[in-house]
Amino acid sequence: MTREQRLARVFVELADTLVAQFDVIDFLHTLTERCVELLAVDAAGLMLTDQRGQLRVIASSAESARLVEIFELQHSEGPCMDCFHSGQQVVNVGEDEIRARWPGFAAEAADLGFRSAHALPMRLRDEVIGAVNLFTRASRRLDDDDIAVGQAMADVATIGLLQERVGRQKDVLAEQLQMALNSRVLIEQAKGVLAERSRITPAEAFVVMRSYARRQKRTLTSVAAAVVDHTLQAAELGAR
Amino acid sequence: MARRIPRTAQILADLRSPAPDAVVSDLPGSLVTMCAASVPVTGAGIIVMSDAGPGAMLASTDGAAQIMEELQFTLGEGPCVDASTSGRPVLQPDLARTAAQRWPGFTAGALAAGVRAIFAFPLQVGGIRVGVLDLYRDVTGVLNDLELAEALAFADAATSILLQLQSETDGVTGDPGLVAMIEDRAEVHQATGMVSVQAGLALAPSLVLLRAHSYAAERPILDVAREVIGRTLRFDPEDDHHE
Repeated sequence: MTREQRLARVFVELADTLVAQFDVIDFLHTLTERCVELLAVDAAGLMLTDQRGQLRVIASSAESARLVEIFELQHSEGPCMDCFHSGQQVVNVGEDEIRARWPGFAAEAADLGFRSAHALPMRLRDEVIGAVNLFTRASRRLDDDDIAVGQAMADVATIGLLQERVGRQKDVLAEQLQMALNSRVLIEQAKGVLAERSRITPAEAFVVMRSYARRQKRTLTSVAAAVVDHTLQAAELGAR
Repeated sequence: MARRIPRTAQILADLRSPAPDAVVSDLPGSLVTMCAASVPVTGAGIIVMSDAGPGAMLASTDGAAQIMEELQFTLGEGPCVDASTSGRPVLQPDLARTAAQRWPGFTAGALAAGVRAIFAFPLQVGGIRVGVLDLYRDVTGVLNDLELAEALAFADAATSILLQLQSETDGVTGDPGLVAMIEDRAEVHQATGMVSVQAGLALAPSLVLLRAHSYAAERPILDVAREVIGRTLRFDPEDDHHE
């Protein structure tokens, strides 16, 4: 398949998700996975403003604690913070520049073997609401086409977050953002509940809940809520 | 970048400083007063959740808050009801223009009481829902970015206070210290879920338990959470919550 064909396929998939049984966290998680595939990067994460002055992780291409942490650590410095504050793309930042610009963050990035970092802004009119963060282990540069695809993915993430409410007001943006951030917390709590009940890792619990939600055509958030209030048992989910 | 004291922690410290020995149950009253002074609103109220939905008003600044609570309680509709059931903030900068269709009875009553804009923030941490912070004012208009950030910080502070109050009722032992309970680290929320299964508790007291353990052990809550996830620390029911 050519890149154009793969790209078309991904946009059809994302558009499909936007229609029925939409779940913002599931959508953004899928989007980070597709970023990794389309751009041949090693990790992708999506950060949103918490509207209190910090960025929070809303989705990442893998749920491993080590990877999530590299995104979480950027609440004070890192490519995402710079991108969020400037509203500009931060691309092809190599090892030396990572060390020079964000010394605290650099050690963590090096630990994971990341040698190149990128962040693309999620913009809504004159406002920046978050950023898509990409890392590669090889010191490979993203070319202009890669960056255009990455930015398109960031724009689709913004549309997905706002959904049909995109034309509406600033207060609706705030409502959606806060709701999405709280859904993420709920999903983390549900991962813990299921991990303990089934003796699996939280990352495995995420996969179990997501697969179940897909099979049952339910939203990931509603499945997480049912796990947390014990109306959905581990056995029904198909976990051990 | 210099590390600022998070605004929520600052609010909690300011609430405690005039009377360090004040009991936690006095704090909601101080919080709504401080909130109404810090955010450009006329008044504020905190409503606690009951199992059936929005329950009693815990604290409020003046008469209009009482009127709005009675309206929502009697009619079963309004921004606070929606915020608590949906888990979404409900921001209504111009009640007369946007709210009449959504809540006809409530809107008529609120306008009659002189209220023109309402901002209702659910007090929640994921699946934990403890109440709603209601802000209202006698003029229309949206909260700007700084005002919204301030309102959210007060909502976070109110959530921490309510969690602590609730844990006393639940009989969770140990003083978690009046600190911000809102964590932005995924592992803390995962550990909360695991502890709730181990200890047979709801999520809210489980989060307070983690907090109390971190406070007593003088260790960051993230370290404690990682031990729970790594299964080297368990919180079993009705013991001293250690291995």
